[in-house]
Amino acid sequence: MKPIRWGHLSVAAVPALFIGYFFVYPLVRILTLGLSELNIGFDGVEARLFQIGWFTLWQAVLSTVLTLLAAAPMTWAVSQYEFRGRKLATALVTVPFVLPTVVVGAAFVALGWRDSIGAILAAHVFFNIAVVIRTVGALWSRIDPDLHDAGRVLGASEWKVFRTVTLPLLRPAIAAAAAIVFLFTFTSFGVVLILGGVRYATLEVEIYRQAVTLFDLPLAAALAIVQLVGVTATLYAYSRYQERHTSTWALRAEGDRPKPEGRALLLVPVSVIGTLIALAIPVIVLFARSLRGAAYAGLVREDPVVGTPLSSASNSLRFAVIASVIAVLIGLMAASVVTEGKGTLSRWFDLTLMLPLGTSAVTIGFGFIVALGEPVDLRASFWLIPIAHALVAIPFVVRTTVPTLRSIPAETREAARVLGASPGRVWREIDLPIVSRAALVGAAFAFVISLGEFGATSFIARPATATMPVMIVRLLSRPGAGSFAMALALAVILAAMTVVIVLWIDRLQFGEIGTF
Amino acid sequence: MRKTLALLVMIAAAAACGPDEAGTPEMLRLMAHDSFAGSVNEETFAAFTDATGIEVEIIAAGDAGSMVNQAALSKDNPLADVLFGVDDTFLSRALDEEIFVEHVSPALEGVGDEFIPETALVTPIDYGDVCINYDKSWFADAGTPVPIELDQLREPGYAGALTVEHPATSSPGLAFVLATIDEYGEGAWLEFWSDLESGGVGVVPDWDTAYYSDFTQYGGDSPMVVSYASSPPAEVIFATEPIDEAPTGVVEAGCYRQIEYAGILAGTDYPEAAGQLIDFMLSVEFQETVPLTWFVFPVNESAELPPEFVENITIPADPARLDPATIAENRDRWIDEWVAVMER
Repeated sequence: MKPIRWGHLSVAAVPALFIGYFFVYPLVRILTLGLSELNIGFDGVEARLFQIGWFTLWQAVLSTVLTLLAAAPMTWAVSQYEFRGRKLATALVTVPFVLPTVVVGAAFVALGWRDSIGAILAAHVFFNIAVVIRTVGALWSRIDPDLHDAGRVLGASEWKVFRTVTLPLLRPAIAAAAAIVFLFTFTSFGVVLILGGVRYATLEVEIYRQAVTLFDLPLAAALAIVQLVGVTATLYAYSRYQERHTSTWALRAEGDRPKPEGRALLLVPVSVIGTLIALAIPVIVLFARSLRGAAYAGLVREDPVVGTPLSSASNSLRFAVIASVIAVLIGLMAASVVTEGKGTLSRWFDLTLMLPLGTSAVTIGFGFIVALGEPVDLRASFWLIPIAHALVAIPFVVRTTVPTLRSIPAETREAARVLGASPGRVWREIDLPIVSRAALVGAAFAFVISLGEFGATSFIARPATATMPVMIVRLLSRPGAGSFAMALALAVILAAMTVVIVLWIDRLQFGEIGTF
Repeated sequence: MRKTLALLVMIAAAAACGPDEAGTPEMLRLMAHDSFAGSVNEETFAAFTDATGIEVEIIAAGDAGSMVNQAALSKDNPLADVLFGVDDTFLSRALDEEIFVEHVSPALEGVGDEFIPETALVTPIDYGDVCINYDKSWFADAGTPVPIELDQLREPGYAGALTVEHPATSSPGLAFVLATIDEYGEGAWLEFWSDLESGGVGVVPDWDTAYYSDFTQYGGDSPMVVSYASSPPAEVIFATEPIDEAPTGVVEAGCYRQIEYAGILAGTDYPEAAGQLIDFMLSVEFQETVPLTWFVFPVNESAELPPEFVENITIPADPARLDPATIAENRDRWIDEWVAVMER
């Protein structure tokens, strides 16, 4: 019999308790409450529900595929080559992530992209491309270039090397990014509402409609379960896939990238500039419209109604720091548990960590109200906001770090143990240096998720402190050309802040062990 | 053993006293929808705090529908002492869930009869009219007269020039649908919408999109959108450069009156103090801040309207209203029927 490893167990306990108390418990409470009153006579609504479920599924699959394809050129360029502005370019792609849907929606509408499935798909690619570029790029930059060169020397074409060497090695990261993009688009709300016109609805939109407008909590709960089942099935397939296809190639530390030469001299700038221009179009529309009047000056002036708009920046930053610290700590613990554990329990643990990404915001928000009143009333507490943000951010930390952790050969850890290192020291000296880059990518995501989050927190009762997205929406909810220009100006500042912060996080190292 | 028993009795006695119900709390929690919570500043309740020593903490709870749901889900252990911002369209739901306790404010004497509900569970605080807004310069340039009755909108020229919000996701959207039901009655309102649909009326999910994306005033294609009677004065107050006259106006037909209520949440430890807060919200002092803070009208007839608000305002002569119980009974069906006509 194996001895119980208490250290291991306590590392698992923290993320398990966090997810258990702040996600699983509220979810179970609200769903049981909803279902206890359920007497569905699905008379005639089945057809509509089936139609909504089907649309939700296929648009999510298509959005995911398109996002992967659109991200490929830029991912290749920034992970394989060193060039001036590489880090800036990688930071710029995260901007869409923080822009409130209503603002981007307005930009898309101004461009005439609306009321069509094409607009929905384009917006999904716009919002999620950073997930692929950063997640896949983090792994790609660590694949030993010798493998590629060996293939070339042995006479394989560039395409053949990519298909038979690089792509299989990248699979875990591609699958991870695809899973996240799928979950985001499967539960898409604002984009579908604003750009889809009246004809398109996802399950998320329908859950909102049933729960909030029509007060049909039982039917909303039933729909939330349908959504959860869909999400769980996808995640299960994903985790099976990941287990089968993970290779433990020794990854190198992030080394020096070569400067582009030959064909890359043309392809790299085309990929990077092309992607950035495509992403910039809606942002430029925003920026141009923010220049009316004295919108930027207005942001630092005391507004009689909403206060000084720019003061919301400090609220946003405070929440974002707390949320990303929570997400990185708990995410890393969870990632090491997922990596070391084998078998069903570990798989379900991993899957549960991902679920908050794919769960309807209305359901979780109302779940908090029902479940978190006792023993300590957290429902209208300051802390619930960063906690809610961390729930969404933890999967990012886990997904960016697990592929890297899995790639560490077990022999390396065993050798250290044989040499007398404690489990803590093994983790500190072997896992941490290798995983620190990936963890920083996760931290950057956690930060921008918290900065940009609006949807989920609008279903939580909260103190009236406004974050930047909340302030933008407040300004946009009153008439007046000044309000409109100020809202867009604040969005532009939020975007600029994001770039600066992501650049800064990218430069962070865990002491001196970031590279070796 | 006896000692333990004595201790238990003491604890029980202490617990029974609990919060001092006769006394005043240090703080009251006021739960409100985001558009109110977002426009309240420190001064809004300063006079109340000065008079009573009670601080007011605002809790933001999403839109009005989300707020009523949150209050219903937490009725055994309420999130706040007072809820503000429930309107006629959501009132029945709140009453069905029994989330309020009664309070008859002495300040109701100054409130017009048309605002006072049949129940003492909620107290009216403000009202506003949902109306079609039009772009003055567009109508002047096109030489088209501004419509004066709803029926004119049936003509394709007008229908195609109008954008409305979806009644399932937007409160002004629902209000406008209710106005058409009030105008045409159960038998005929859908025909009106059918004509609008064939005429090319625009439908968007929410007010922000209608106003800031579709309205010609902001670069869109629609010279008419469903908004509020108070939007034109807001255009003047929140303009980029100072202007004297609002660039937009109000179509006086098809307006719907929304009244917002406050209520004491059942389960509060401080019903008396909560009542004082509601009385304060009806006081002339507070009521006079209402127009410029969140662009609605005070229900207290003694409250004076600020001049910059009055100059550009159109108060519709005869706005539509429906009984909250009728709305509660039929809302889901009306929305379904509307969707069936509009999404074919």
